Amino acid sequence: MKAIKYTGLVLFLAGLAIFTSLLFLGKYEVTTEAFDAFTTSKGIKSELFINSFKQRITDKEYTSQFTLSSDILEILDSSNEIHKKNQEWDKVIWDKPHNFAYDLIKPAGKGSIVEHKGMYWWLTFGLGIIGSLMFILPNIILLGAPGIKNNGIFLNAATNRGWIGIGAFVYLVAFYILLYFRPEYIVNWTYVLDPISSGLSGNLASQWFLYGFLYCVVMIVMGIRMYIKYRHNMYQIIRTTAVLFFQIAFAFLIPEILVRFNKPYFDFKNAFPLDYDFFFDWNINNLINSGNLGLFMLVWGIALTVIIVPVMVYFFGKRWYCSWVCGCGGLAETLGDPYRQLSSKRLVAWKVERWLIHGVLIFSLVMTAFTLYSYFTTEATVLGIKTQDIQFYYGFLIGSWFSGVIGTGFYPIMGNRTWCRFGCPLAAYMGLVQRFKSRFRITTNGGQCISCGNCSTYCEQGIDVRAYAQKGENIVRASCVGCGVCSAVCPRGVLKLENGPEAGRINPTDVLLGNDIDLMNFVNKK
Amino acid sequence: MEHIVIIGNGISGVTAARHIRKLSDKKITIISGETDYFFSRTALMYVYMGHMKFEHTQPYESWFWKKNRIELKKGFVSKVNHEQNELVFQNGETLSYDKLILAVGSKPNKFGWPGQDLDGVMGMYHKQDLQNLEKYAPDNTACKRAVIVGGGLIGIELAEMLHSRHIPVTFLVRESSFWNGVLPAGESAMINREILDNHIDLRLGVNLKEIVADENGKAKGIVIAETDEFIECDVVGLTAGVSPNVDFLRESGIELGRGIKVNRYLETNIPNIYAIGDCAEQHEAIGSRRPIEAVWYTGRMMGETVAQTICGNRIQYKPGHWFNSAKFIDIEYQTYGWVWAKPKEGTSQFYWEHPNGKKCIHLNYETDSRKFIGINTFGIRMRHEIFDRWLNEEQTVEHILEHLKDANFDPEFYKQYESEIVSKFNQENNTSIKVKAKSWKRIFSRV
Ligand SMILES: Cc1cc2nc3c(=O)[nH]c(=O)nc-3n(C[C@H](O)[C@H](O)[C@H](O)COP(=O)(O)OP(=O)(O)OC[C@H]3O[C@@H](n4cnc5c(N)ncnc54)[C@H](O)[C@@H]3O)c2cc1C
Ligand code: SF4
Ligand code: SF4
Repeated sequence: MKAIKYTGLVLFLAGLAIFTSLLFLGKYEVTTEAFDAFTTSKGIKSELFINSFKQRITDKEYTSQFTLSSDILEILDSSNEIHKKNQEWDKVIWDKPHNFAYDLIKPAGKGSIVEHKGMYWWLTFGLGIIGSLMFILPNIILLGAPGIKNNGIFLNAATNRGWIGIGAFVYLVAFYILLYFRPEYIVNWTYVLDPISSGLSGNLASQWFLYGFLYCVVMIVMGIRMYIKYRHNMYQIIRTTAVLFFQIAFAFLIPEILVRFNKPYFDFKNAFPLDYDFFFDWNINNLINSGNLGLFMLVWGIALTVIIVPVMVYFFGKRWYCSWVCGCGGLAETLGDPYRQLSSKRLVAWKVERWLIHGVLIFSLVMTAFTLYSYFTTEATVLGIKTQDIQFYYGFLIGSWFSGVIGTGFYPIMGNRTWCRFGCPLAAYMGLVQRFKSRFRITTNGGQCISCGNCSTYCEQGIDVRAYAQKGENIVRASCVGCGVCSAVCPRGVLKLENGPEAGRINPTDVLLGNDIDLMNFVNKK
Repeated sequence: MEHIVIIGNGISGVTAARHIRKLSDKKITIISGETDYFFSRTALMYVYMGHMKFEHTQPYESWFWKKNRIELKKGFVSKVNHEQNELVFQNGETLSYDKLILAVGSKPNKFGWPGQDLDGVMGMYHKQDLQNLEKYAPDNTACKRAVIVGGGLIGIELAEMLHSRHIPVTFLVRESSFWNGVLPAGESAMINREILDNHIDLRLGVNLKEIVADENGKAKGIVIAETDEFIECDVVGLTAGVSPNVDFLRESGIELGRGIKVNRYLETNIPNIYAIGDCAEQHEAIGSRRPIEAVWYTGRMMGETVAQTICGNRIQYKPGHWFNSAKFIDIEYQTYGWVWAKPKEGTSQFYWEHPNGKKCIHLNYETDSRKFIGINTFGIRMRHEIFDRWLNEEQTVEHILEHLKDANFDPEFYKQYESEIVSKFNQENNTSIKVKAKSWKRIFSRV
């Protein structure tokens, strides 16, 4: 068994190494033909750009996308600069430079990777998947009988912020920075997914297809790990199945298939304000112009946020979304599960959390108010601020840095719900409903708590569950995502997630059972 | 300002301090020789097993004490001079008090076995024991085998701890079946199986004769009394129960039995000195409880009670219905009321066990009146509040079974076994009880 496990590890690391080395392997050549087609389709009017590009780049073989990209950007910059100086606004190329470079480089690839996409898929994704499954599956036997097996978590460099954890952190952060800010560097990764992407949507794989596919693969593999780890716990099994289903079907397959049928790309479960660009003019226009289905999507999106989300939170708590449906939550509960114990339980962390998450909620609402105002009045500036600017900053700061680079990249350092806990505006909104108007609570089982602290340690949201449990108080907290792990790890059967009548939800048993009632009258007198 | 001094920063001492602070402005000092801050002794095992770091066992952050004006002092008290209201520390320092609370806890029992003080021999009670274990049993190369002596709750925890680091364990249990002084035969047998399933070498009905030293004064093996068998090992864990940690009080004039003798108000024979937690011994046992109760929640309740008394509201320690819980490797155990290991006269029992042998419940009731006395539940969580209410209401066993779903506390989507349990009961007793669906209304109705 151990041999299988370690072979798996070697295969996985080999896959990861090949995947990483792909970044340094490609060959590229932008042919004149391809370039002409590109300039026509983009409607580029700058002769300056076209000429210098043809002089310097076309029909020349590059051995690295880094130099190719830097040449493209240099030409783009200098021609834009001159046009701007001459106030030739229609000749300026307004595209985001790195996406622009990506669009030029993607069709320019040649050589081994482009010719053997399938083989490279197996060498990267294939090895990674097989290797990690070989690493994970033997746990059915190695972990021993079903039950909580957290042995050695704080003794292992991968899960106690040791060197492996730091390595994973650096890798994840680098990955997200490339994904969001340097897509043209990772074009080789997208090649290996072209066949799958074409099969689904008919298009070649973009960096977002790469991300979506990788996301699903990681969730499935780590979901299998969850199934094994919590195979004694039906709540965890059903919940894991639900997040996998919603990710694969709703976030990945359905949008791709919609695109295949020339419908708008739409994730039916992604609710505003997590889906922060839902009200952006391009999205609204796109939906309005897509016939009945588009209109339905528009109405659905609004109803989701305004009606479905709060009603469901009332009945089931925000867990129905955060740990049953949401993609961010899904990644946190699968890939992130090994890191849940790293969330800070200190009081200051809670304070920071409340400021940050509600700050992001307000930011998203203000940004959306600006957007809608501009949409209906067609004024580009509101209160002296350009709507486009505020949208850009939200997207940059919150959409890319916070939810991606920090939110996921920091899993191995700050725990798996970094985004959900500190940043997600939808979580903040649902948290308010959950705290003040919901049937959900975690019931504390009378006086059984022995203050051991397993619950607090393994709460990914950094809730000090023990602080409530040891006083016999129920846990009613805005941030609880109902993952159920506190209840699972409690060695004394103290905690139960449940939906019940609102009466008595908060402190129904202020009494630590076992004690005589008279004493408790005094103890509870504050 | 009155100065309250508490010796012992365990659950009982700390609870007393917290509640005195809630109720008053008195000066409070907590003394401990063990650690700077309160930690949860019950979680020591999880630190060794790598589930937690030591800091996770501390229920309060370090700013808590300052904020609540509770002074912490590290040091061992070697003497109490009650005539002068003064404590003397091991290093000669003194400290005076107006009221003294003794919350000094327990220490592991040692029965004078030869070799019991060798290196590599340890109890499992204090933080220092954990450090010792980490030193002598860091992994299975440094420690090729460990022997545990004494089959109680701490013994099985220690076995699980060592097992988590793949250290082979031999577990010597004096009784003929694990913990059968407390558990009835069915439950006890279930735990025997659980121990064996985890490849722990369980030896029932044997006693330790001696621990054998190597040339460096470190344990190298033990000898079993009954068979004279020698078992080679690097670590010996002594877990044959605990007893009150009162040796330093022998000359103090405070009345001692096995523990510190207290009345129902937790007062000792000396005015202004109180004792709570593991170290307190009631003059007379309360109900079917033992005079010394070495469990977590009784320490907490005594702390709450003594705080009231010290703050001018003199009240008795009145623990309600007995309850407790534990976990035997993977099997969780809860108990409410009393299920005795040997049935008492006039009582009947009902036992149901799941075919997988890892879940069971055991009900105890009065044969004639049908009054419910208690339940053991293994592998199924039950609601404390509901059982407490049923015990208060003196419900019948039939009532309990009919409403058993109200008491189920397992996580959502778990398979429930009430109908199987009840149909077995019906079969054995010729009754026709029907299980009622769970009712929130009943669960939340107050008595
Ligand atoms: C491994 C283990 C697991 C357990 N698991 C459970 C469980 O699951 N459920 C349960 O109900 N109970 C459990 N218990 C029992 C429970 O931990 C005790 O009942 C409880 O901790 C007793 O609290 P206390 O405050 O009375 O004393 P303690 O926690 O023992 O605290 C007493 C403190 O006083 C200090 N002290 C003593 N004498 C002096 C002195 N002269 N000078 C200075 N300081 C002194 C000691 O060093 C110690 O720090 C467990 C115990 C152990 C050891
Ligand atoms: S309190 Fe429990 S259920 Fe809620 S997020 Fe924390 S661990 Fe999950
Ligand atoms: S895990 Fe359970 S027993 Fe431990 S502190 Fe939390 S609620 Fe209490």
